[in-house]
Formats: sequence, structure tokens, C-alpha cells
Amino acid sequence: MSVRRLFAEQPAAFAFSAENEAWAKATIANYPPGKGASAVIPLLWRAQEQHGGWLPEPAMRLVADMLGMAYIRVYEIATFYTMFQLSPVGKKAHVWVCGTTPCMLRGAEALVAVCKRRISEEPHSLSKDGNFTWEEVECLGVCANAPMVQIGRDTYEDLTPELLEKVLDGYAAGNPPQAGSQIGRQASCPAGGPTTLIDFAKADFTKARK
Amino acid sequence: MPKQLIIDGKPIEVEDGITLIQACEQAGVEIPRFCYHERLSIAGNCRMCLVEVQGSPKPVASCAMGVNDLPPNRDGSPKIINTKTPMVKKAREGVMEFLLINHPLDCPICDQGGECDLQDQAMAYGFGGSRFVENKRAVEEKYLGPLIKTAMNRCIHCTRCVRFTTEVAGVEELGAIGRGEDMEITTYLERGMMSELSANATDLCPVGALTHRPWAFIYRPWELRKTESIDVMDAVGSNVRVDARGREVQRILPRNNDAVNEEWISDKTRFVADGLRTQRLDQPYVRTDGRLKPASWDAVLDLVAAKLKTAQPERIGAIAGDLAGAEEMFALRDLLTQLGARNLDCRQDSTKLDPRRGRASYLFNSSIEGIEQADVILLVSTNPRLEAAVLNARIRKRWRQGCAVGLIGERADLTYPYEYLGAGPQTLRDVADGKHSFAAMLAEAKHPMVIVGSAAAARPDGVAVLSAAARIALGASRGKDASWNAFNVLHAVASRVAGLDLGFVPGEGGLDVAGMLSAARSGKLEVLYLLGADEFDMGHLDKVFVIYQGSHGDRGAQRADVVLPGSAYTEKSATYVNTEGRAQMTNRAAFPPGDAKEDWAIVRALSARVGRKLAYDSLSALRAALYKEVPALARLDRVEPASLAGVEALAAAGGALGSEPFQAAVRDFYLTNAIARASAVMAELSAMRKAAQQGTTGTHG
Repeated sequence: MSVRRLFAEQPAAFAFSAENEAWAKATIANYPPGKGASAVIPLLWRAQEQHGGWLPEPAMRLVADMLGMAYIRVYEIATFYTMFQLSPVGKKAHVWVCGTTPCMLRGAEALVAVCKRRISEEPHSLSKDGNFTWEEVECLGVCANAPMVQIGRDTYEDLTPELLEKVLDGYAAGNPPQAGSQIGRQASCPAGGPTTLIDFAKADFTKARK
Repeated sequence: MPKQLIIDGKPIEVEDGITLIQACEQAGVEIPRFCYHERLSIAGNCRMCLVEVQGSPKPVASCAMGVNDLPPNRDGSPKIINTKTPMVKKAREGVMEFLLINHPLDCPICDQGGECDLQDQAMAYGFGGSRFVENKRAVEEKYLGPLIKTAMNRCIHCTRCVRFTTEVAGVEELGAIGRGEDMEITTYLERGMMSELSANATDLCPVGALTHRPWAFIYRPWELRKTESIDVMDAVGSNVRVDARGREVQRILPRNNDAVNEEWISDKTRFVADGLRTQRLDQPYVRTDGRLKPASWDAVLDLVAAKLKTAQPERIGAIAGDLAGAEEMFALRDLLTQLGARNLDCRQDSTKLDPRRGRASYLFNSSIEGIEQADVILLVSTNPRLEAAVLNARIRKRWRQGCAVGLIGERADLTYPYEYLGAGPQTLRDVADGKHSFAAMLAEAKHPMVIVGSAAAARPDGVAVLSAAARIALGASRGKDASWNAFNVLHAVASRVAGLDLGFVPGEGGLDVAGMLSAARSGKLEVLYLLGADEFDMGHLDKVFVIYQGSHGDRGAQRADVVLPGSAYTEKSATYVNTEGRAQMTNRAAFPPGDAKEDWAIVRALSARVGRKLAYDSLSALRAALYKEVPALARLDRVEPASLAGVEALAAAGGALGSEPFQAAVRDFYLTNAIARASAVMAELSAMRKAAQQGTTGTHG
């Protein structure tokens, strides 16, 4: 994690679409009157989704005005939570590379190297074609299938540098591969197939405890 | 139920609901702290206040642990708290080492050096060295306006500044962005802070991260001579400490006085210090051939004496200004009385407050501390945020505890929400007649307060407005706490109450300020003595001989025919009475520049030349005479409740209310008097505030 700053080029204005506006009003109404500030994270998240995956500065002001909050309070929240992207993300994919210990031990650094080569040297900066960005994040909870990356809502697990290239190729072509393990294992079952209870006939039940 | 504790072996009984750090203080044990401050909410994030609590395996942050939250011992014996054990020592050393990991070792170039909590506590509780060999964190500087200089590498994330601006100052502008090691204190997009109290955050900063920008790199705290004094920028009478080096005042800091300003002062009070150095009148001047030319004291005193001697008493007038001390007003009043002149007035804004109705008719009777008991406050024609910023913080404090505020007058951001009742006297009449719903709230209140701004009293229908407000106050407090007086006048200038107390008002048949100005226009006035009076249109004074006695070359001195250079409030010992009637005395922190003299002494010297020698030739003799006549001024730093008869007299005065909407007394907070207008810092702030009001962003000044 590093110091998070607002992007230098911000849009002049931001407004919710009619549909999101109605959704926002309903969300605010979920909370008691005067406690609208509780809706700040859902609203910011919806603004980020509407704005191509990143949160522009006018959206923070809009949300603050909608909730009767001081601008600085919304700014604090947007800079605190790293899932709020403060600079533009790739049009096709924003890659979260898990860099926490289990993934790191299983080769996450090689995945970061792929991102640096294929996307950009620095995290949070757009690839030349503007289709990709990447960042290293903390544990995404798929440690059994380390190393892994998350793109959008999907996780890609059991990666090697070559497999990550394939995943990225898929996104570039507009045809993302199947989410989950990329070496074909089911969920987090043993990678080389079952290792226990393989041959029922050989089982020696006489040794079982009585 | 009082709680028994044993702190460092000493049994102590403390009241319910306090925190462990307060209990330790009551036991006389000093606990180091950075984030904890008794006037702010508890953050508990610096961890410096760790103590050992019997039965707890880990040290406990004493600021965030209430004595009620301590689990009782099984046998009911008092809890044992230790603050000097090896465990506590090790914990403090560990915290200190962590705090210093990212703190630069730049004390020799840091303005906080010598008065820095971190420096002191590192010496007292720290570990000799650091085991940290990596690079320290670097943080970009932030722009927080022209008053606060930042050195954010030094920030230890105590968040005192954020809590102060949010809770006390009431402007949610400062915040902490980012998280963890990358947390940074800033305003939204680095806009300058829009608060009249912003620089108190620099006092609260326990390190050198926030320092005073106008005073950067010009002094070391140990070089300064410290003088306890009183502020005169508004009528609150904030207690200050004036720090001077040589002949110059370098800085002004707040002093604690729970009854007046707690420990806050406004930015104007603090940063007016540079105005004390510029535009000073440092020698006497006489107007010859249309230009002011330097002259000797002998020459000017003789000239003035000749004018006063030859003029008919009814053709002499005197106006006392907003910064005049009680002593010089008393001396000048005595001199004029001896000359037989009756045209004298201390009410430059033509306010209709009259000492003949009794002291309660012009005081803030509920007292500033009394605001903390009020449950319903009605503001009439006032903007306390601009007229008395520190007092406004007290109202906000009370509002946070639950107190309703109503306003009749101009809408303004007062830093707390209020019920807006209306703009003009019509609404006031409705409330007075009980027709308005707010009247019922006042009637139900246990401790109601009606606060009338000085601008209300300055209107042509001022007496009627004051009378209506007095009727509301009397009606609301009838049959309740007999010691509670709900009628309050919020003065905007420092000299006014003392002037009214000692009767610097027109004598029998004398002219008031408006009368003197019109007499001056029509040539009926020959000599006008301005005692630091600058706040009216000098265009009226074309046909009159103007004597200006004061400290700064402002409007009055520009028009004057003779200038008598006097002293500013930091250069003399003078008495000022604040809006609640509390007499307080300033002390000399530096000598006046050049040939300037103390003001009472100028009047005394003049009296000898006029041949009407005043009966006192020392300040103590003058004060003895003053106290004999006005005993209230002798009771320093005390408030004597004024007799309710004054308010009743005012309520009975009646009169017809006009229809003009009310206005607040202060338009431009930063430029209200001659000293503030001489200050470059105040000019910059005023420009910044104007730009912000006109809708430009105010970013980067």
C-alpha cells in the first residue's frame, strides 16, 4: 500500500444516472433520518461502478452533498479504503495480484513481473492501449490455490506466469477464460487428483481403532 | 458513587465517570500524553499514557479507560494502579521509540523546539537511542491557509487538530486521509481553513507539524519575555500571554481562564501582533500647510492646551475609541469635566445603551460561563461567530450538550444549527408578545438567555429593540432561578463597558457622537478630541480642530490637526471590562515606539498645560481615584451580578420598533480596529475570506 492521491485529470462534473439516482435515494432511506452518512460507502461504490471503475473527485462532492456530510469526511473514506480506485482503471481489466505470504511463497512475484512487463511498470497506471491496469493487494482469501489474481468479480487461481499471460490474452480478446483454477482442479481439491482413500479394496480395517 | 483507587501506593477517592488519566492527575501523578486533551473527545491513539492496572496482563491506555470500567477486585478492595513500575517504563519507552521512528531529527530547525511535547517527553520517558535503521517516512507539505505552516514529516497522528476543528471550532474542514503509516492530515483539496479559531490547532499540536506561519523562524521560545495580559480585539477579554523580544512583540498566545476563553483565542487576537509594529504613531505631529509635520511634545501640548483654553466649553467634544483603556478615559473625562465641557461619548457606533439605566442594562448578565447552563438561547441582531468568536465556541459547546438556539437577524453560518425566526423587529415583537412558538420554548426553559448584539442597540430604534429584548428576558426568567439574569448584551468592542461604567457619556445637555458630528459639520464644534476613535466617517470633521491621541495612523490620525502618539494595549497597564462586566488588566510587554507615551500620562501632562492639573500624578493614584468612583473596576477578574433593576428599567423604556431588518455589528472580522487594519496578516485573511465568499475556491490563498 502506498500514499493514495487523487488523479490529476478529473472530469468537470459527475451525476448519477437516473437509475442509480433512484437506487441511491432508496439506499439512503434504509437508514433513520439524519443518519444518511451510513450510506456513504454504498453510494461511493455505485459511483465508482458507474464511472468505469474509478472514483472521480466530483463524485465525492456529489455524495457528500447528497448525505449532508463535509467533503473532507467523504475524502477520508475514499482514501482509506483501497477498493475505491482514485485513478482510471483499464477498460477491459483491472488486475489485483495477491502478494500476501502464501501467494508470495508460491510465486506471486513472478505474476507481478508479468504485469509490469505486459501492463505497466507502475501499479495503477494504464497500459499503452488503456485496456489494463494492475495493483498488488493483500490477501484475497484463496490461499489454498495460490498464487492467484482477481479481475472484477472473478478469481484466477493456480497461476504460473504463462497461465496469467493466457488469462490476460483472453481479456484482451474480449473472451475471458473460465474463472477458478487454471490447471483444471476442482475448487481446492489436491492438484494431482485424490491422495487418500484411492483404493478401497486395499484398506485394512483391522488396524482401525476399536 | 465515589470510587476508591490506590495510585502509586496512595489511596484516593475519585468521582464517578472520570477516566484513569484524570484520576492519576487528581492523585498528583503526571501521565505523559500526546493525543489526550481534556477539552477534546478521546482518541486513544498515541498510547503514551499507558499505566499498569492490577489484574490486567497488559498495560492500559489510561485516557480511554474509565474508572467505572475497571473490573472490581473479588474481595472488594480498591484497584491498584501503578505508573512507575518497570512494566510502565518499558511500555513508555517502546511507544516513544515507535513515535520517533518516523519523526525527523530536525529539532534544531524546528519552530516548536524548546516548547515541544515530543521533545520534552522523549527526554523524560524515552529510550536513549533508536534501533530503526530503515528510511523514515516522507510526507508532502499541506497548504492549510496563511496562518498554519506545516511540516508534515513531524506529524505523529494524534489527530488533536482534527478533533479541535470539528468539535470546538465547528468547521469540518481538517481530516486525516489515507491509513496506517500513510495517514496524512489535510483539508479537502488543501483549501485554506475558514475558521476564526483555526490557529488554536497549532497550540494543540504536540509536535512541530503545525506551527504559526507568520512567525516562522523569527524567534526561539526561550528568547522571549512573557507577559500575562488581556486581549482587546473584541469584548470577550480573552486572557493572553504576550511574548516580546527587545522592544517588539513577537507573538500572542492564549492563557487558560475557564470563565472567559477556556484556552482558545481567535486568529485576530493571535496574529494581530504584526499590526503592533506597523503604521505606528511614534512622534507628535502638527498639521501645517495641510500636511502632518513632526513636532516636539512641548509644541503640540502647548498648541492643544491653547485650543482647549480658548474654546467655549460647549464647543469642545471628545470621543473615546474602541481600544481605549479605562484609565485614559477616566483621565480625559476628568479633564473635560474640569473644563466644563459636556460633549463626550465612548459610543462610536451611536449605540443607545445608557449607564443611567443601571449596569445590568448593558452587560452580558448570564456570564460567559453561564452559557453552559443555558437551555434556550435567543440571538437578536448578532453574529457571535464574528463579534466574539471564542464566546461562539462556548455556545457551540453548549449546543452539543443539547441547547436550542434561535436567531432573529441576518442568516449566517454560526457553526451550529439554529432555528431562524425572522429578519426584523416584527419577529422580535411577536416573540415578546408571546405570539411566536419560540416564546413558548423560552418560557419552558430553566435557564433562558436572550443575547442582543451591539448593532441592535445602535439602530435609531435601539431603545425599543433593547426594551423588547429585556421584556422577553424578564418574562422568560420570571418565577425561576432568582440568581439568573437572562438579558445579555454582546458588545463587539473592548472599551465600551468600561466607558459606560465610568460614565464617558454626554453630561447634562451634552452631545452624543451623532450630535457632535452634526455640530462639527455645521461649525458649532470647535475642538474635537479623539481618544483612538477611528470608526466613523471623518468627512464630518472638515470644519473642526481634531486632536487625535492613539497608537496607530488610521482614519483618525489622517484627519487630525494634532497627533499625540499613545500606546497600544501591549505597551501599557490598562483596565478593560469585558462584555460580562469582568474588569481585567493588561500589562506592559514592550515599550511604545519612539516618543510615544502612555495615554493617561499624556492627558495628565496636557491638564497641567491647560491649567487644570488633574489630582493624580501616578498610575496608582489615578487608579485609587478611579476605584473610589467606580468600585466595580477594582474587583479584577470577578463578575459582580448587576441588579435586575437595570433590565426592568430597560423593559419599561418601551418605544416604537422600526421595520428595518437587523444587521450584525461586524462585517469584516479581520479588520475591525486600527491595529488589525495595520496588520498584513489580517489583510491577507480578509482578502482570502472575501474571495471565498465571492465563490472562488480559495485554493492556495
